Amino acid sequence: MLLIPCPFCGPRDESEFGCGGEAHIARPTDTDRLSDADWAAYLFMRKNPKGVHLERWVHRLGCRRWFNLARSTVSHEILAVYKMGDPPPASVAGQEARRT
Amino acid sequence: MVEPYLRQSALVHRGLSRAAAGAMSGAGIVLSERPFRAMVNLRGEASDAGFLSAVRAAAGVELPLQPNTTQRAAPVTALWLGPDEWLITAPAGEERVLVPALRASFGERHAAVIDLTESRTVIAVSGAHARDLLAKGCTLDLHPRAFPVGACAQTGLARAGALLHLVDEAPTFEITILRSFADYMWVWLADAAQEYGVALRTE
Repeated sequence: MLLIPCPFCGPRDESEFGCGGEAHIARPTDTDRLSDADWAAYLFMRKNPKGVHLERWVHRLGCRRWFNLARSTVSHEILAVYKMGDPPPASVAGQEARRT
Repeated sequence: MVEPYLRQSALVHRGLSRAAAGAMSGAGIVLSERPFRAMVNLRGEASDAGFLSAVRAAAGVELPLQPNTTQRAAPVTALWLGPDEWLITAPAGEERVLVPALRASFGERHAAVIDLTESRTVIAVSGAHARDLLAKGCTLDLHPRAFPVGACAQTGLARAGALLHLVDEAPTFEITILRSFADYMWVWLADAAQEYGVALRTE
């Protein structure tokens, strides 16, 4: 089990949280002109890295707030927690870029 | 608004007042329901001094700004639920005064007041083994170092969402739970407490 540091409530057990999948997926703005392939890419295509993954989590049984979390899919180490709408911290963003 | 003569607690079918007539001595756990407590959910900006003073004026209590803490100004308690969310509790019936007072105090301010009184009930778990009992279904560290008197937390208890609040050194935990979960939670607590000896108390 993970001990997830909720940015509002503090460290809590993984069972209190829900994972919302990959973070920073922006909905396309020019939807009228979007091709089926682009729609499919937006809706279905997700990263599946071996390494740092930026994810959205919700503290389901606690404060019910969403936040972003950078987690290593290899070691489960939680590298950063940051608020919704914020860019990933520089330390993590570098690692994100390196794996692609 | 529920008419008082129709009002029934979430655990009325368990006949707790009759069951509570039994012996109390030697029980490691004392369970009771504290029904009908006034509960008002409050949303607003913690950074807005005007919002905080409006709550102080209407409810007579300071809102706790530290996570997982409470503020009490008898008979009203304010519990921290989130960075912009609180639960105000007061004795039964007070919601009829509290809700209009808070709404009037906020005026046009960006805030929300929701009366949750009828949707939840409170189960009190008291006694020497209260921490052991809750540890069976809760992942929180309930040691006095980590969870002192006055602490509160929304968490999972026996897989149900619950709000825990440690109210005294006995220790007595108040478990605020949705009405529809009350029976499940009561049965779970009573069963999990068997090994410590259970007594019931009416409030």
